[in-house]
Amino acid sequence: MQLFTCPFCGPRPETEFHFGGDAGNARPGAEASAIDWTDYLFFRHNRKGVAREIWMHMSCREAFLMERDTVTHAVTATHALGSEA
Amino acid sequence: MSGWRTQTGWALDRCQSLTFTFDGKTIPALKGDTVASALLASGQRIVGRSFKYHRPRGFWGVGSEEPNGIADVLGAQHRPNVQMTLEPAVQGLCLQSINGHPSAEHDRMAFLDRFSRFIPAAFYYKTFMLPDWHLFEPRIRAMAGLGRLDPAAQGFGPSVPINATCDVLVVGAGPAGLAAARDAAKAGRKVILCDEGLRAGGSLLYRPARIDGQEGRDWAAAMGADLASLGVRILTRTTAFGRYDHGLTGLAEAQPGTAAPRIWRVRAAETILATGAIERSLPFANNDLPGVMSAEAGLHYLNRFGVAVGRRVVIATTNSSAYDTARALQQVGAEVTLLDLHGRSDAGQHPFRVIAAQPIETALGRRQVEAVRLTSGERIEADTVLVSGGHTPSVHLYSQAQGRLRWDESLQAFLPGDPVLGLCVIGAAAGVFDLSRILPGQGVEATSHGGNAAVWPKPMAKGRIWLDMQNDVTAKDVELAHRENLTSVEHLKRYTTLGMANDQGKTSNLPGLALMAELTGRTIPETGTTTYRPPFTPVPLASFAGLRGGQFMNPVRRLPLEAEHRADGALFREYGGWLRPAWYGADESAVLREAKAARQGVGLFDGSPLGKIEVIGPDAAKFLDFIYYNTMSTLKLERCRYGFVLTEGGAVYDDGVLVRLDENRFIVSCSSSHVQGMGFLLEEWRQDSFDRSRVVIHDTTANYATLTVTGPKSRELLQAVGFAALDDLPHMALTFSQFEGIEVRITRVSFTGDRSYELSIRADHALGLWRRLKEAGRAFAAVLLGGEALMILRAEKGYIVVGKDTDGRTRPMDLGVYGPFEKRKGEYLGRRSLHLPAVADQARDLVGLESLTAAVLPVGAHVVETVGGKRRSRGFVTTSHYSPNLNRPIAMGLVEGGSTRVGEIVTLYHLGQQVQARIAPVCALDPKGRLLDA
Repeated sequence: MQLFTCPFCGPRPETEFHFGGDAGNARPGAEASAIDWTDYLFFRHNRKGVAREIWMHMSCREAFLMERDTVTHAVTATHALGSEA
Repeated sequence: MSGWRTQTGWALDRCQSLTFTFDGKTIPALKGDTVASALLASGQRIVGRSFKYHRPRGFWGVGSEEPNGIADVLGAQHRPNVQMTLEPAVQGLCLQSINGHPSAEHDRMAFLDRFSRFIPAAFYYKTFMLPDWHLFEPRIRAMAGLGRLDPAAQGFGPSVPINATCDVLVVGAGPAGLAAARDAAKAGRKVILCDEGLRAGGSLLYRPARIDGQEGRDWAAAMGADLASLGVRILTRTTAFGRYDHGLTGLAEAQPGTAAPRIWRVRAAETILATGAIERSLPFANNDLPGVMSAEAGLHYLNRFGVAVGRRVVIATTNSSAYDTARALQQVGAEVTLLDLHGRSDAGQHPFRVIAAQPIETALGRRQVEAVRLTSGERIEADTVLVSGGHTPSVHLYSQAQGRLRWDESLQAFLPGDPVLGLCVIGAAAGVFDLSRILPGQGVEATSHGGNAAVWPKPMAKGRIWLDMQNDVTAKDVELAHRENLTSVEHLKRYTTLGMANDQGKTSNLPGLALMAELTGRTIPETGTTTYRPPFTPVPLASFAGLRGGQFMNPVRRLPLEAEHRADGALFREYGGWLRPAWYGADESAVLREAKAARQGVGLFDGSPLGKIEVIGPDAAKFLDFIYYNTMSTLKLERCRYGFVLTEGGAVYDDGVLVRLDENRFIVSCSSSHVQGMGFLLEEWRQDSFDRSRVVIHDTTANYATLTVTGPKSRELLQAVGFAALDDLPHMALTFSQFEGIEVRITRVSFTGDRSYELSIRADHALGLWRRLKEAGRAFAAVLLGGEALMILRAEKGYIVVGKDTDGRTRPMDLGVYGPFEKRKGEYLGRRSLHLPAVADQARDLVGLESLTAAVLPVGAHVVETVGGKRRSRGFVTTSHYSPNLNRPIAMGLVEGGSTRVGEIVTLYHLGQQVQARIAPVCALDPKGRLLDA
């Protein structure tokens, strides 16, 4: 079981977290083309290696940004939303 | 009868004898024995039948590497496939050997071995192809196998898993592990030490050695006491079965009786693997005969358990470790011949015969070893053959942690290669076999290990050479896999089942891949190993489940008034995670009675699970405009509005009433079963797209009980209770009142179509209010309404339950709500998706369905029609009841283009039956809504 570090609560087992999708998958504006909109809805990069993802810690209900390696499962950083440099 | 009890055996308490049964035979044992040692002492040679060929099998090893010695524990403490080498002998234990029909000694299936050439590897794949193979497959499968599960048995009792953290976890309490635990503890670190054996000590429990002037096992015992005083937690009979992410190691600790092994999830900053090594066999024909054993095991049984495994013993070895075994057996009176395959012919130095460089060609004997024939042709009479083909380090946990193995040519073994963060491998597991190197500077006197050469099986050898005794895989099977071009180790494993039995190939994987390397002209490291996966030894699923079973599997949420409802005769069922009254009364007939009475007078319903998520802040209205399909910011104060929340894909996710308490405060009354999901949805968008300082979410669902009063007499009832001023409260409006000094929030909303009021009060004050409502209700013939009756009332009105009358494709327009889709300006969840052309493909409208007979339509029945030459489903029934108020069946369903087909007759298909139904408006009762103000 992996350990994720909630920026507010500290390290917790992965079962306390909910995956919120790739970071940077910005919601397109109201006039988005069908392609842009469906990319936003369905297209995922699933990159090998370093991934930036949004997760929610279900206990404190705070979403945050996590950088982790999808190969080694190393969690390199977690940031509260809006605080990432 | 070959094994016998000697005067050695320090672990036994000779004053405490006991008995257990094996295949119905009474076996004497002493306290301290394992089942295996007691069976060997009693001379029992055949302890099981092999998986496929039903060959007789005896013990090979002494610990978790044992491939043959498994049995089922019968009776109240039933456990299948128990490794007898790790099982302590206890009084009254009742064991049955595996795959013996009826017993291991006398197996009427033994004839199968004579047909072995017709049942090679992949027999199933090649045979089960005929048209009717499934006719004979069950009988063939029944002939093979290991233990049998007793279906009448209770199964494992629950054990509570433990989560633990420590600075250092040491796996294996042999000399290396004990020393490592001591060093860590002395440095002030928090240490957990675990070992699969009955006690700490590892090889010191049976190998002759002196450390610091002490006997090895005394040193180990003293160390154990030392460690305990240093605060080290020592877990015996505890197997580290798996290594997982981020420093997590899974341990399974055996429990007394029928309790499942306890799972320890240990999160350690550093894990030290001192897991030792497993002795390898030697390849010669019939090397699976009972009596062929590991030399290490022979020494272990003798020194610890006082069991000499044979009287005439041939020991074949590639290294000097087996000399200890030879000496010890010779001392207790066995006739020992040692075959040193290394070719050291130091005759005369030993009190037993040493033959150099003469491998065994074959073991001879029918039911057990009777003799061996050497390659020189010499025949040596023997009842026992002890073999040592060197040792294979136990690198399983290192490999599971993604460690890369490296091949060591001199040791003929895979060793841990690159370091893995947080993991350290020491002792024999790292290829260090000599005690003096494991415990440097501690005055060690012990036999040097002296080489670790292996003898790998060669192609085209004569006779049947066993590699995997548990799954009956021979060298010829590996050659067959090679001939059929299944040369990758992963293919080899799956094709021949090599290493796939519950011993996970501890003794068989390496010889198998070495032979494949030879056949393909590759080196062993080029051939590679199969992936090591948890668990190291089998762990019952009950261990992982822990307490999560029965009522703890998925604990239900309970109403504050549950006890009161029970006293009123409610039958409880689970609805969306909540335990709620289904009806009040002895049987289901109560449902129709309740549904009818509620429309005639008044019904009282406990709607406490109804979602009550508050959205608060200056941006709350703006936020809810985005969340809802309907515009919500225009909602007036103290008013309610019904609306949908969509997914980004445009499907209806939830429906419910939004209540505006004041300018900046709303209550989202979402469906009972969606409270958690809606909470997360609201949080996600609040944090993603809004100013978090200007809108907050607060779930108050559990703080309040919500009591619903519905029916034409509902207002009178509430007035009788003392809630005045309801005359002016219009439908979809809110007011506040008091009950015994406690605030009551009254919303006039309706899920029944009748005039209805929802009263929300602090949960701890709900009982008084509920009792007053019931009391005052007598004058109005009030009825207690269960969930089933409410479902009928809402279905009569065509009110939906999201997830029942909708699915993952249902859009708000499919439910007849077009307004926002056509007119609404501004962005909201899922808006863009509603305008994608593909979303409208084969869209299904919610419609009413009228049965053409008196029969209630079956829920789930499909409308099947031919469209463009193809027959396919065009919809299905979602809700169906008998309506006691309309005196006829009612139903709803999702049907393609249904709203334009009202009046048409469609055919419904259900489980081979066909019924006809007429498409109708969704609302079957009071379509003008007059009852709301009745």
